[in-house]
Amino acid sequence: MSGAKIRFENVEKRFALRAGEHVALGGVSFDVGAGEFFVIVGPSGCGKTTLLRIAAGLDAPTSGRVTIAHGSADRPGNAVVFQGESIFPWMTVRENAAYGLKMRGAPQRHTDEVVAHYLDATGLRKFADAYPHQLSGGMKQRVSIARAFACDPEVLLMDEPFSALDEQNRTLLQQELLRIWDETHKTVVFITHSVDEAVTLGDRIMVMSADRGRPKAFVDVPFARPRSVLDLRATPEYGRLFHDIWSQLRDEIPLAGTLRQAHGDAVAG
Amino acid sequence: MSAEASRDRILSVASPIALFVLWEIAARSHWIDTRFFPAPSSIAVTFGELIRNGTLLSNTLVTLERLAIGIVVGGVPALLIGLAMGLYRPIYAIVDPLISATYPIPKSAILPLILLVFGLGEASKIAMVAIGMFYPVVINTAAGVRQIQPIYFDVGRNFGARGWAVFRTIAFPGALPVIMTGVKLGAGLGLILIAIAEMVGAQSGLGFMLWNAWQVLQVNVMYAGLITIAVIGFVLTVLLNELERFLIPARTRR
Repeated sequence: MSGAKIRFENVEKRFALRAGEHVALGGVSFDVGAGEFFVIVGPSGCGKTTLLRIAAGLDAPTSGRVTIAHGSADRPGNAVVFQGESIFPWMTVRENAAYGLKMRGAPQRHTDEVVAHYLDATGLRKFADAYPHQLSGGMKQRVSIARAFACDPEVLLMDEPFSALDEQNRTLLQQELLRIWDETHKTVVFITHSVDEAVTLGDRIMVMSADRGRPKAFVDVPFARPRSVLDLRATPEYGRLFHDIWSQLRDEIPLAGTLRQAHGDAVAG
Repeated sequence: MSAEASRDRILSVASPIALFVLWEIAARSHWIDTRFFPAPSSIAVTFGELIRNGTLLSNTLVTLERLAIGIVVGGVPALLIGLAMGLYRPIYAIVDPLISATYPIPKSAILPLILLVFGLGEASKIAMVAIGMFYPVVINTAAGVRQIQPIYFDVGRNFGARGWAVFRTIAFPGALPVIMTGVKLGAGLGLILIAIAEMVGAQSGLGFMLWNAWQVLQVNVMYAGLITIAVIGFVLTVLLNELERFLIPARTRR
């Protein structure tokens, strides 16, 4: 890891609500190293999507900043794989995957080659001329992944990209993502609420606190690469890591906290 | 089920034919007043004469030309303004009240004002078609852009789409199904308005032909004109449906 690739400095985000002010992120700071697969795991509503949108430049922080170390001027700083359906229904699979390159005015031949490569890598070659409505949810997310990889960003930002998929498809796509990632070892910031997913994919995991999105713990994942999702899950270390992170996370889930308290009260009474 | 379907098809072909036959019989046996409802066969004869002496063709061409120019003159600004309204909230806030306030005015009621402003020449006819085209297209385009999921604009921004590229790759294609509905409505309204506009202060066109036929009581000619306008309306609908299929491939396979 050669220095920070993406640096979050005192990132703060406040929303004005009718009932007063809501602090989504209260001065969040951390670094992600170059080539690191960094996973942020946190409970729903802890501000992880807000943090990612700020990193993507889609939202402005109230204060603080996010900087991405730029290697080359003709690479975009980041590309997002969005949660839910984000590929354009009016474009074919190929046109969707080529979108980032097209917008940056990349030469046609280069675009064709790169897009063909990533359509192959995601198993979409046969569907290159299909329209999104002809694809399953998993296929649509593959297009979204191909689109993000194709434009070769400095940092890949992934916002719960598999959360809408069923378990089997999710496992398949995790494995595919790992395989594609192994080609490039691009810096990734991956957001999820699934501890399983975090342990499977990440080099390092940040457990995000429900309280103003503060980093609660950083956990190194020692598994070697390339990884096999299935073999990984059969190891005792996997179970131990899962347990560690889940224990960190449990206290951050508001409902779980109240339930435990209620249970304790019942026992005490 | 298929027996029922073919029966329905036969019935829907048979009903207009039956009406014509009935009309023909009623006219020939003078059960109906042939001054108002001449026999279909005699209308067909007149139709043939009008085609042969070139009257029908020249009037049709004049009307079609006005219609085509008016559709472009009204449709293109409507599309651009609608896109801008859909994309930029301040523009929507400025333009929407103007459109909402003027939209309910019956378009035909503006004809005297249009004649006053644009005179009796071509400009007033084109202006009427343009007005008919403008409203449905601008309203549908703005609504079409506004119903596009915000995530698509996020994608555009994230992947570097700026300015015109946002129009071209997101706003326009995303709104196109709704825009096409507006175009079809506008073209239909344009046809209605051109017929009205040509009846007043025009010396050519199908509307003029119809009006003139009334003035000299050539009822057969009137029917020939009506049939021609109906055919234009039908062909226009077919053409626009085909254009829609061509422009929105994803939709046709849905």
